[in-house]
Amino acid sequence: MRRAVSALVRKDLRVELRTGEAVPSMLLFSVSTFVLFHFAIDRRSVEGDLAAGVLWVTLLFAAVLGITRLFVAEREQGGFDGFLLAPVDRTSLFVAKATVLFCFLVAVELAAVPAFAILLLGPSPWGAVPELILVLLLADAGIAVVGTLVGGLGIQTRARELIVPILALPLMIPLAIAAARATEPLLLEAGAEALPGRWLLVLGLYDLVFGLLAFAVFDFLLEE
Amino acid sequence: MFSRGLKPLAIASVVLIVGAFALVFFYAPNDADQGFIQKIFYLHVPLAIVALCGFVAGGVWGLRYLRDGDRANDLRSYVAIHLSLILGLAALITGSIWAKAAWGHWWMWEEPTLVSFLIVFLLYACYTPLRFSIEDPERQARTAAVFSIVAGAFVPLNFIAVRMAESLAHPRVLTATGGSMPGEMRLTFLVSLIGMAVLFVTLCKYELASKRAAMQLRALKRRLADEEDDWLPARRSAAPQQI
Repeated sequence: MRRAVSALVRKDLRVELRTGEAVPSMLLFSVSTFVLFHFAIDRRSVEGDLAAGVLWVTLLFAAVLGITRLFVAEREQGGFDGFLLAPVDRTSLFVAKATVLFCFLVAVELAAVPAFAILLLGPSPWGAVPELILVLLLADAGIAVVGTLVGGLGIQTRARELIVPILALPLMIPLAIAAARATEPLLLEAGAEALPGRWLLVLGLYDLVFGLLAFAVFDFLLEE
Repeated sequence: MFSRGLKPLAIASVVLIVGAFALVFFYAPNDADQGFIQKIFYLHVPLAIVALCGFVAGGVWGLRYLRDGDRANDLRSYVAIHLSLILGLAALITGSIWAKAAWGHWWMWEEPTLVSFLIVFLLYACYTPLRFSIEDPERQARTAAVFSIVAGAFVPLNFIAVRMAESLAHPRVLTATGGSMPGEMRLTFLVSLIGMAVLFVTLCKYELASKRAAMQLRALKRRLADEEDDWLPARRSAAPQQI
């Protein structure tokens, strides 16, 4: 299974490097949303709960863009058929796609979070960089598993662009709650406070439950 | 196939619902704090509990469909979620009315139970569009089953996360000790809850029987018209078209 996963991941990353379809659009979308937030909430800078909310809403919407595109090549260019013919475990497609989505999210955040800090964030984020990275990674893992599952559901339908957002957003509300609450004390005007452990626990629980669940049911989406 | 026991169930649900309303209006005491409006509790809470159980039951039938591939289980899963959505909408509306009467606002974000219920409702509201946008019946059933399992597992996780995020403004009626309800209220509440559950089962069976009859009728019509494929759906639909 490891070889199949790494082959699939390499294929997807190479396609992304050559076409630049997902990550640049997600990044552009994030930056536009930050600008939009500046005018919509009419603030020069944000901090604390507002900063956490703006950051996570933007990242989740950007993730939805990536999720919508995740299986398009498989469906439209026969990748599913090729994969089903190959003598490999079907779950490896799930693992590979979740890994790829995770990499996309990390790549987007590498640029989007500094952009957020420059454009909107009031207090300096330097005091809490390791904690912020921990929250981002935990949340990315959750978005990656749920996103792969929702992308797999959505690709079965004729209305992918409609189904994926309305499915993904309610499913990610617990994740958004936990991520925003965990980020909030890191972005305070008065300086970063300690990371709230129980929200990290909720994020970890979310990742674990949906990871196992998606691992168990994803096979059924591939049968033809 | 599905209509067995429908008549006694229908009679039982009429008796229980009428009895529950009689208890609500003539037996249960008025709430000392909220007065008469508190009686909406006997409608709102059973609606919400039965809807949540119905969502989870839809997930269980979905799981059984994935295991044995029996189309009847797909139909059961669809009917359970479909009816729970209707009850869920009613629970949201009654909850909103109660919030307006008790707290003066149509919507209370401080209320974890109401907010979690809204999120669950929003998620399940995607079930019908998801089914509708898949034409192939086999794939429709499989995708819907995967969705129903994931969403069924989402229900408890969502309640935990939302409850942690909010302070507790909602009355806890079903704690381990049975809450603080006096005996008359508890009896009335239990009868209302059982009545609602029986009504839900009756409606499920009724819809199953009706869908099955419609399928059989369509198959017979096609056969009379000498068509080869006697199961092809007449039009695109979110509901299962064959079993």
